[in-house]
Amino acid sequence: MASMRDIKRRRSSIQSTQQITKAMKLVSTVKLQRARAGAERTKSYFNCMYDTMNSILKRVGAVEHKYLNSGTAGKKAVILISSNRGLAGGYNNNVAKLITRHETWKKEELLIYAIGNKGREILSRAGYEIKEELPEVMEAPAYADAMFLTERLLQAYEAGEINEIWLAYTAFKNTVSHIPMLIKLLPVDRPEAVDLDGDGKPDQVIEGGAPMNFEPGDEEALDLIIPKYVASLIYGGLVEALASENGARMQAMDNATNNAAELIDDLELLYNRARQGSITQELTEIIAGANAIQ
Amino acid sequence: MSDESKEYQLRIVTPERVFYEGPVDMVEFNTTEGQIGVLPGHIPMTVIVAPGILTITEEDGVKTAALHAGFAEILPDRITILAEIIEWPDEIDKDRAEAALQRARERLENRDTQTDLARAETALQRSIARIEALK
Repeated sequence: MASMRDIKRRRSSIQSTQQITKAMKLVSTVKLQRARAGAERTKSYFNCMYDTMNSILKRVGAVEHKYLNSGTAGKKAVILISSNRGLAGGYNNNVAKLITRHETWKKEELLIYAIGNKGREILSRAGYEIKEELPEVMEAPAYADAMFLTERLLQAYEAGEINEIWLAYTAFKNTVSHIPMLIKLLPVDRPEAVDLDGDGKPDQVIEGGAPMNFEPGDEEALDLIIPKYVASLIYGGLVEALASENGARMQAMDNATNNAAELIDDLELLYNRARQGSITQELTEIIAGANAIQ
Repeated sequence: MSDESKEYQLRIVTPERVFYEGPVDMVEFNTTEGQIGVLPGHIPMTVIVAPGILTITEEDGVKTAALHAGFAEILPDRITILAEIIEWPDEIDKDRAEAALQRARERLENRDTQTDLARAETALQRSIARIEALK
């Protein structure tokens, strides 16, 4: 049995760890609230963007456009959004697994754009090619960051270096549920064209009784709107990932605090038992000594 | 259309916030094809925003803002502007806008093969829009 001093030392060490995890939990709770409010504010922009994009795509039908048809050769660019700091449970591993455990993707055909240090570390250790790393973005995601990254990606896309752009991030459903997601940004998947009158041509999408007009023309509008669409998806991914990160960290720290409390209880019991043992032993020795003198 | 003119809804959303929401009489702003003014009952149209002043005419007054990038979906009963960058006049730093104007002008005057023309021109338009919005 461990000595009383050992148990005491161990218990106080666990107690100070518990204090740290408790403080970290409180910090991430506050950060989570802020990040969640940010994610909710972005939702309305994102939803508007998504609706508009869909109505445009349905209307243009089978047009040849560089952002709608994938090129033949080239690699896949994957944006991986992870955190800069650890102690967030499985948060970073789960999102990295989307890439490392992907069924069809091969290591050689991927270029990783890593936002956040932890994900980059996991993938570069696994031998993936890291094209760019932007750890500072995760500190305070701004729309300008998403625009900057979109510009870089579209340049590479137009130069033919990459032919697909994917985004791996953790979607924030609620405080306890965060889902790693992999979505395709480019080329844009076309929604099924509606063809009700059966003339082989897609119907015009009627909204408010009259068809939508574009100024400038459809294709120029696509040139200008698709980059904005991609940037808004990346930005949405960033703010949701930030909320998820803090949610995951809050949960991890909550668990750590509870586990520490459990350990402390166990050690408390051990300590008391050891103390009682030593008292009993001392008494036995005294009585034995007294008996010997008589 | 008299009944529609009372309830023309304008909604301006940016990635960070809902910038404006409410009934208006008229909205004016710059598009890539030129300046437009939108009144209730406009035909459905999607336009791309060019940097400039956004003028919102409300029932009891006129509001202006500097609108730099985004696009707008116009429908007969409402207009939605998805703005990437938009500022109220009191959010604009005048000195910074003037410095940016100066810089953009210089870059356009002393241009060489290295100059990114499109970028310099956008910067010029933005700073002009900001300074105009302050007036």
